[in-house]
Amino acid sequence: MSEHSSSAKLYWIIWGSLIVLTFVTAGVAYLDLGPFNTIVALTIATCKALLVILFFMHVKDASERLTKVVIISSIFWLLIMLGLSLADFSTRTIGS
Amino acid sequence: MATAAIAPEREDYLNKEYGIRSWLLTVDHKRIALLYLISITLFFFIGGFFALLIRLELLTPAGDLVQADTYNKLFTMHGQVMVFFFLIPSIPAVLGNFLVPIMIGAKDLAFPRINLLSWYLYIAGGALMLYAILSGGVDTGWTFYTPLSTSFSNTHVVTAGLGIFINGFSSILTGLNFVVTIHRMRAPGMTWSRLPLFIWAHYATSIVMLLGTPVIAVTLVLVVLERTLHLGIFDPRLGGDPLLFQHLFWFYSHPAVYIMILPSMGVVSEVMACFTRKRIFGYTFVAMSSIAIAVFGFLVWAHHMFVAGMSMYAALVFSILSYLVAVPSAIKVFNWTATMFKGSISFDTPMLYALGFVGLFTIGGLTGLFLAALGLDVHVTDTYFVVAHFHYVMVGGAVMGYMAGMHFWWPKISGRMYPDSWGRLAALIVFVGFNLTFFPQFVLGYMGMPRRYWDYSHSPEFQVLNVLSTAGATILAVGYLLPMVYFLWSMRYGKPAPANPWGASGLEWMTQSPPTTFNFDETPQVTWEAYDYENIPAPVPEEAFGD
Amino acid sequence: MTDSHAATQHGPELLHHFADEEQQRNSASLGMWLFLGTEIMFFGGMFLAYLVYRLNYFESFAASSRSIAVPLGAINTAVLLCSSLTVVLAVRAAQMGKRKLLIWMLILTLIFGLAFLAIKGVEWHEKYEEHHIPGNFMGRAFDVSDIQRDFPKLHVDPQHAQIFFSLYFALTGIHALHMIVGVGIFLWLIYKAWKGDFGPKYYTPVEIGGLYWHFVDVVWIYLFPLLYLIDRKPL
Repeated sequence: MSEHSSSAKLYWIIWGSLIVLTFVTAGVAYLDLGPFNTIVALTIATCKALLVILFFMHVKDASERLTKVVIISSIFWLLIMLGLSLADFSTRTIGS
Repeated sequence: MATAAIAPEREDYLNKEYGIRSWLLTVDHKRIALLYLISITLFFFIGGFFALLIRLELLTPAGDLVQADTYNKLFTMHGQVMVFFFLIPSIPAVLGNFLVPIMIGAKDLAFPRINLLSWYLYIAGGALMLYAILSGGVDTGWTFYTPLSTSFSNTHVVTAGLGIFINGFSSILTGLNFVVTIHRMRAPGMTWSRLPLFIWAHYATSIVMLLGTPVIAVTLVLVVLERTLHLGIFDPRLGGDPLLFQHLFWFYSHPAVYIMILPSMGVVSEVMACFTRKRIFGYTFVAMSSIAIAVFGFLVWAHHMFVAGMSMYAALVFSILSYLVAVPSAIKVFNWTATMFKGSISFDTPMLYALGFVGLFTIGGLTGLFLAALGLDVHVTDTYFVVAHFHYVMVGGAVMGYMAGMHFWWPKISGRMYPDSWGRLAALIVFVGFNLTFFPQFVLGYMGMPRRYWDYSHSPEFQVLNVLSTAGATILAVGYLLPMVYFLWSMRYGKPAPANPWGASGLEWMTQSPPTTFNFDETPQVTWEAYDYENIPAPVPEEAFGD
Repeated sequence: MTDSHAATQHGPELLHHFADEEQQRNSASLGMWLFLGTEIMFFGGMFLAYLVYRLNYFESFAASSRSIAVPLGAINTAVLLCSSLTVVLAVRAAQMGKRKLLIWMLILTLIFGLAFLAIKGVEWHEKYEEHHIPGNFMGRAFDVSDIQRDFPKLHVDPQHAQIFFSLYFALTGIHALHMIVGVGIFLWLIYKAWKGDFGPKYYTPVEIGGLYWHFVDVVWIYLFPLLYLIDRKPL
């Protein structure tokens, strides 16, 4: 972690993108995109999260592989919990 | 070569400092391990006391010892205390804390102060649990199922829930400490493939602690909120789903059983290698199986919910996954057996417990597969078959492993030898008592005796097996009390232990018994593989034991 | 590397059990990342509850979501994003040995954090006024008839709406608790920075305190659309 950090300019650009994406997600919510509203909202949220994680938390250029393993494993475990639970919740009425 | 004569003034971690402050404010991982040892033993006896009352009640078919509500509290408190305040911490907090740094050649864990904090969190959680017990207990079952726990029970659910919540952070921080230590603080030359399997086991256990415990933490928070604010997230009368609670609860509580068994398996690997004078057969398979158990263990939780109202499709998925999780455990059993083949076996106390583990864990594990079969589960779920199954793996498995570890490393921890004949006698009593207690329960369950029932007078034919079970429990209790007696005796009168009484491999046996505060005078440089038994002479019997 | 005046730059307290400073720093970093992993699972439990009920009670969830104000939520999101910027500028200041800039950035972060909590307090007060707090909070019984009146085209089941608000308060409440802890951490960092404890050779607490803060921000990045933007289509 003792490498030179990115110049401040990059941070301001990332910040600006984050603010813009916030307004976009709020605005798009008022449009009728059918089922895509949720997908768009979550996609934008994920982009914002990635920007924070990769650039603000320095995962992109100043982290070792183990850090990335920890992050990906945690997210993967969350998805296991959500996904396998859905095996029950989304199939309750099938065949009953 | 070190002889048995040891100068009494030699400094070690026990005599470095005296006084209660030096213990309560210690950051030495070895002292913290002993603090845990005393605390978990206390909770073991509390949990055991509840078990005794349960078995006394079940001597007769009628509910004549205690009231029905009281009986509900007995099995609840037995479960909560034993699971959360004894089994989950046991090996990691005592043997793990003591040995992990030494085995990898480090001076302490990565975060010694957080280690001490872990113990205080355990004590705080335990104090809340004790308060809940003393003010009347909890009657929801250790599983806290809703809406009984959130809406209907009028017992101390919130206090117990908060106690377990706080205790959970003790677990999380211990796991965090172990992972960082194992990654960052291995001595030069101690590569991953040279690590003792005890370390691999604790690494896998720590992954489970880190990823699973937060889920039960947030679940208990939701239960407390629901109970105090009448929310309705888990209450069907208010639009909630009780199965949501069960999914959240078991998402942790199933992997929790792997927190309980993996460290035991690590102990067994160490003990097996030493008392067969061979390296563990298939080291890589055993190491990878530990990781596999930790990972797969997260995929099977709803096998506790087959008849709870889940969809059939989900039941099918979880049944198949539950069969898969047995595979890495089986791999380990085969590898231990292969280790024994053509080994030079000696039946010291630790080995007796390890052998007991292998047999009893196999029975427990196989009966788990019976339960994973949907059709059979419908017949035996919520009967004593399940009770027998989990006691075979948790007591016949995890506790036997804990006893094996305590007897193996006691000379290192205390600097004293215990009398081996007493150790072997106690192991035998435990084995007999355990089987007599729990094998009849398989039969009872198959015959249809429901679990958590205080009165079985509708089926008086169950009495004979219940009497056998209670008799076994009494014998088992004696078996557990004996080590307390001779371990304490050994601290005063036991022969001083040499550095390596068993002639075992591993860095911990290259330090003095007991170790100094910083474990090593110089950082070890490791150039040998794990379980290098070809190059380690067996101990000469008269030198080793204190008999 | 320029050697700024040593008076503002103390060596790290190398703890006895570490071999060197790099090992200590890498351990702290790994420790914080693992802790953040546990936090993902902690919030994850509530996300599961949210997911299950949103799928099953969509209409009531959508209507209830419409009753919380997007402008306030969006402003709060922006506030947290600004605070993440000041955090990362603080770390950079520490790396470059600029003590005054570091302290200012830490103070700004703190101010943004407190602003977030203040706005959250305003939002919660609004919910209290509107009888949208579940149960019988401080004598105000939960009542969503106003939501049903506002959105006659949506069917608002009071029980399902109560579950939405239960999850709303659980999620934002626990998030706010984490913010409060973050505020405490940054108060401590400001104190240490003012004492001159941080410099190019040692700024680990700033870095890992920053990681924690960013994580709390990421959680909010998801909470905003999930709670405020469930369904804002014109009816």
